[in-house]
Amino acid sequence: MSTAERTIEELATQEYKYGFVTDIEADTVPRGLNEDIVREISRRKGEPEWLLDWRLKALRAWQGMQEPRWGNVKYDPIDYQDIIYYAAPKPRKALGSLDEVDPEIRRTFEKLGIPIEEQKALAGVAVDAVFDSVSVATTFRQKLAELGIIFCSFSEAVRNHPELVRQYLGSVVPHTDNFFAALNSAVFSDGSFAYVPKGVRCPMELSTYFRINAQNTGQFERTLIIADEGAFVSYLEGCTAPMRDENQLHAAVVELVALDRATIKYSTVQNWYPGDKEGRGGIYNFVTKRGHCRGAGSKITWTQVETGSAITWKYPSCILQGDNSIGEFYSVAVTNNFQQADTGTKMIHLGRNTRSTIVSKGISAGRGQNTYRGMVKIGRNAENARNYSQCDSLLIGDKCGAHTFPYIEIKNTSAQMEHEASTSKIGEDQIFYCRQRGLSTEDAVNMIVSGFCKEVFRELPMEFAVEAQKLLGVSLEGSVG
Amino acid sequence: MLEIRKLHARAGGNEILKGVDLAVGTGEVHAIMGPNGSGKSTLAGVLAGRGDYEVTEGSVTYQGLDLLGLDPEERAREGLFLAFQYPVEIPGVNNAYFLKAALNALRKHRGEPELDTMDFMALVRDRMKVLDIDPSLLNRPVNEGFSGGEKKRNEIFQMAVLEPKLAILDETDSGLDIDALKIVAHGVNSLRRPDRSIIVVTHYQRLLNYIVPDFVHVLSDGRIVRSGGKELALELEERGYGWIEDGEPVGGRA
Repeated sequence: MSTAERTIEELATQEYKYGFVTDIEADTVPRGLNEDIVREISRRKGEPEWLLDWRLKALRAWQGMQEPRWGNVKYDPIDYQDIIYYAAPKPRKALGSLDEVDPEIRRTFEKLGIPIEEQKALAGVAVDAVFDSVSVATTFRQKLAELGIIFCSFSEAVRNHPELVRQYLGSVVPHTDNFFAALNSAVFSDGSFAYVPKGVRCPMELSTYFRINAQNTGQFERTLIIADEGAFVSYLEGCTAPMRDENQLHAAVVELVALDRATIKYSTVQNWYPGDKEGRGGIYNFVTKRGHCRGAGSKITWTQVETGSAITWKYPSCILQGDNSIGEFYSVAVTNNFQQADTGTKMIHLGRNTRSTIVSKGISAGRGQNTYRGMVKIGRNAENARNYSQCDSLLIGDKCGAHTFPYIEIKNTSAQMEHEASTSKIGEDQIFYCRQRGLSTEDAVNMIVSGFCKEVFRELPMEFAVEAQKLLGVSLEGSVG
Repeated sequence: MLEIRKLHARAGGNEILKGVDLAVGTGEVHAIMGPNGSGKSTLAGVLAGRGDYEVTEGSVTYQGLDLLGLDPEERAREGLFLAFQYPVEIPGVNNAYFLKAALNALRKHRGEPELDTMDFMALVRDRMKVLDIDPSLLNRPVNEGFSGGEKKRNEIFQMAVLEPKLAILDETDSGLDIDALKIVAHGVNSLRRPDRSIIVVTHYQRLLNYIVPDFVHVLSDGRIVRSGGKELALELEERGYGWIEDGEPVGGRA
């Protein structure tokens, strides 16, 4: 065995350091999914009638749908009647202040390095922490409210700003959109909500931290972000889960709406438990994320660093409806051990002079399988639309795979498209070169991988870029020798 | 500084080094010459710890250390530097960033404080002048898109910053035109010091007009078959390697 292969074996044995379980009593509904369960979830959350109706419509749509099988991923059939669709930490009484957060949960977020106590918070980051299905704390709310910015859990938004939720919920990802989106629409439990009013530049990063804790539960959160005319908001999302032998389902929906000249930056560092080195356990991350550049001159940027999950199936997309609107997608997806990722984006150009940029970096190590799947669609009326796509794959070792499926559909002859793709391997000669200059093998791999991901990392907010880089190092630790 | 005894090494099942003996004293410049396939690059690779080779016999002592027992990065941290025949590209990694990480790895090993960016850049600017390095080279990815000459110059530049005790230059002259060759040679000469040894591995005598060695060794079929002073290189240039291979081995300083 060459040194590179040996190191890969070592890297593969790296432990997942967020795999602890918090011992806390959870309030759950019975396993399985039917109308009664949906009614029960809605009842427990004290929801208005319109929202229950919407959930039920979604349930009926879902019941008539087939689970998609076109992804380049393999897994045993999921028994949807064996999942618990709602788990909330007890007690569920409304929290008057952050001091009332259960100390166990608070300790969990401390272990994860998530600042939910405002005094300890990173300067400039407001955090909404979602534990299992329920939002437990939102920081800096007061400060944001002074600017008219609403940042709260989805449940609170339903209670306190029903008109906004009703207007925008499902307006980007309809309840009939796809199998997992329909499922989410029926049973979603909580999530984050943000509204930035006209002309306001949100002065801090808004951040949600998702944590799955309870066993046998799925996590179905829903995020809705609206940037009104001329507004700017940067939003961060992070996630972890305990290590468990069985697979857990995570089917989230994220909807972004950007009105005239508004900008939304949405950044994700996804580190759900990826399963062990034999491929047991791990999160199934089946997520629908879509942004709607509704207004002229609006802009939506998705940046994602995906290192976790046993299976990732997600395509953060942009509908470029407003004239001169801009969609961007920057992605780093890592698959190690037996992880599988089928991820990419869709850029739907409808308005004139719309522009989109796609930069996708796939890294495969161990027996990981990494697929980029992207679609660029230029509509009939999208005069002078432009797209630039770049898909690069990096292979570490010789048991992994990289696949690229670009789809292009053009109905307007004025469109300009560019597509570049590359596949490379971390060579023994690169690693030896670094070692000959005094760097350890691990530092060498980290450096080579960071260089590969540079164009994506520079799109991340500063604190996140550092975290993402570290995470990448941990995910690949021992993967090269 | 360096003592090689009866060194045998294989690559891909073939024995390439068949008993190399060589001693390099502190501050000396040795040239190792030889025809293609004689084992010159293998010797350089074995000394630096490249994984493609298997040492089957012999020993290498470097500054009292068992060199063959050290990992490549440990050898580097102990002051052994290899200027690559084919410098490797590392896309996306800034040249200055790479070099700073390397220098600090060495400094850390020596128990010295790591240099911050300010101090590092001051050091780098100083060394760049000697080698006539275009400052933009610093902000480009390591070796990516470099011309052949730039790559070789970058190697010597790294050597100037990392300040090794023993530098091995593997065919540093290959692929260089005469102007680039002069610049590189000038750079190497400026790095000659009483406490630094240099091994120049080359096929052609040409480079030795500019880097004048103290000793010249001829490697042929995995053994050093002749050793002598700088005039041996000239003789080789005149008579070709055939002269050595046909003739009787001459005992030299080895």
